[in-house]
Amino acid sequence: MDLTDSALFTVLVAMLGGAIRVSTPFLFVAVGECLTEKSGRINLGLEGNLVLGAMVAYATSFHTGEPWLGVLAAGVSGIFLGLIHGTLCSLPRVNDIAVGIAMMAFGTGLAFYFGRPYIQPPAPLLPSIPLGNWTGIPSLQRALEINPLFFVGIAVALLMSWFFRSTRWGLIVRTTGDSAPAAKAMGVNVDLVRILATASGGFLAGVGGSFLSLYYPGSWNEGLSSGQGLMAVALVIFARWDPIRCIWAAFLFGAAGAIGPAFQAIGITQGFYFFNAAPYILTLFILASSARSRSSAREAPGELSIVK
Amino acid sequence: MVRTRFSRRSLLQTSAAGVAAAALPFGRARAQADLVIGAVYVGSKVDFGWNQAHAVAMDVIRNVPGVTVLEEENVPETDAVAQSMESMIQLDGANVILGTSFGYFDPFMIDLANRFPDVQFRHAAPLWDAARHPANLGSYFCYLNQAHYVNGVAAGLSSPTGRIGFVAAKPIPTVLSNINSVLLGARSVNPEATVQLIFTGDWSLPVREAEAANALVDAGCDVLTCHVDGPRVVIETAERRGVRSCGHNASQYELAPNGFITGAEYKWETIYRLYADAFAAGEALPNVVVGGYHNDMVQNTPYGAGATEAARQAADEAIAALRNNEPIYVGPLYDNRGNLVIDRPMDNLDPELDGMNFLLDGVIGSIT
Repeated sequence: MDLTDSALFTVLVAMLGGAIRVSTPFLFVAVGECLTEKSGRINLGLEGNLVLGAMVAYATSFHTGEPWLGVLAAGVSGIFLGLIHGTLCSLPRVNDIAVGIAMMAFGTGLAFYFGRPYIQPPAPLLPSIPLGNWTGIPSLQRALEINPLFFVGIAVALLMSWFFRSTRWGLIVRTTGDSAPAAKAMGVNVDLVRILATASGGFLAGVGGSFLSLYYPGSWNEGLSSGQGLMAVALVIFARWDPIRCIWAAFLFGAAGAIGPAFQAIGITQGFYFFNAAPYILTLFILASSARSRSSAREAPGELSIVK
Repeated sequence: MVRTRFSRRSLLQTSAAGVAAAALPFGRARAQADLVIGAVYVGSKVDFGWNQAHAVAMDVIRNVPGVTVLEEENVPETDAVAQSMESMIQLDGANVILGTSFGYFDPFMIDLANRFPDVQFRHAAPLWDAARHPANLGSYFCYLNQAHYVNGVAAGLSSPTGRIGFVAAKPIPTVLSNINSVLLGARSVNPEATVQLIFTGDWSLPVREAEAANALVDAGCDVLTCHVDGPRVVIETAERRGVRSCGHNASQYELAPNGFITGAEYKWETIYRLYADAFAAGEALPNVVVGGYHNDMVQNTPYGAGATEAARQAADEAIAALRNNEPIYVGPLYDNRGNLVIDRPMDNLDPELDGMNFLLDGVIGSIT
């Protein structure tokens, strides 16, 4: 039997394609949340950024005809939500988790309200780069049609890892997240660092939303995200606040999401509910098996309200 | 502190009483003369799908003199639907309420029908049972599988390989009947045709629908169709992959300028007109209205560029046959595990078909 005809090959190619196509929004939201949490705040509202970003990107692309402008506008809408979250949480005795939930409702509500006229009309979408032509195998070519945002996401994650490890500002963010009194002793304006970190994280989550509406699946509607923003926030804990691990977590999640449709496509149709739940089952399994409570507690920023 | 709380509460009480006093007599006075019909949708009115099909029909009866249309979108299948229906009745004087989502019926619409015996409630799924449910409640339903059968006929003659891909939400009887009807339609013109099935697990999961559509094309299907709330993603993915597509629920004609064959559409306006006419004539609204092609309750989208000439002809003939009540399910039919499931010709509206729990031989898929 030819390799390319085998069922296993089909599933593996589908998982590779799924990892590349589906992971990008998870990656952007997770890396953005990673930055915010490193500064000592949790922003649970990134689902709102994702949905609002998707809507704003689609609307901008529709009106201007320029999808990359839509990506930028989505990021700006994310900054807007991030600034609100960051500023509110800087007020005394305000809980960041509660504000995050409110921001999630606010962001999605805003997107639904202003997004109504954009559900039907077609907008120009982002292009993809065909990187699989050398393989000569149609399914692989298809899987390797990659959107530039995918590479941008990986670059941002690598850059952020370097930023945390080797730059003065990275140290400031980490110190703010681990011990606010220590940061204050260094003369750092803790609230300002956190507001900027939340706004930047919001920017990335907004850009992640633009991928959904402008590339895959490539249209705007109210059910577009179906909870991906929330899942991405959970992935940050899964990735133990490390941007590089966020990349692997997003890949894994995207690949696992392709298992359900791919199995049914090759004729393994029994138990599709189970296969469709694969990403969540896999995440729980790896989380449980990799959890070393002491070491993971060391990796968690000390100022996070869930850690305290 | 105590004073603040007292004044806030009394303000709320006063304003609530004021709203009630202003609204109630007004609503009642209007209700005696005119039809105030309220429709509640689970999603957006412009979803290219189920909700849009209802909203388009409501727009038609909006123009009937003496009819006021109330609408609310994005109402989940929770207590929220009871609240929005109650406010349509109490504040806007609605005398007919249409619930268009499956989960609205039990318990929400049953409870409301008991509480408001003067208001007529109708629900868009064949669930009402005279023995168990209030008399001012009822069901209406269009058997869309007839239009899916026509999709199958057109797809069977437009597909070079005879492999049709189907993206479905959940394995419930209505969905299964649509899948089986596509197969029977396709097999009526191409005995070798198959339907390959992927269940996504829920009504609206755009990313997974795109993954499923891509997986079906990768598996060699060259026509895609679907039964999900918003078919846009499946139809657009098919178009981008260069394969043909058949629509579902509402018209997706414009979404696929190259590959669109035809689509299965509801014609709810026939039912809503019937309600408006009965109300205007002072007659009781029928408790159960069901139908298909023979009484003008379903239709097919105009043929697109993906439909071959032979497909158009055969589909037109299939529509004519359905208008004459010719049956779709003609036994003996076997399911895809080899069991005999239908042993005789079944009437297209036979209630036994409402409980369908099998996939016919030729469907590659499983309901568990």
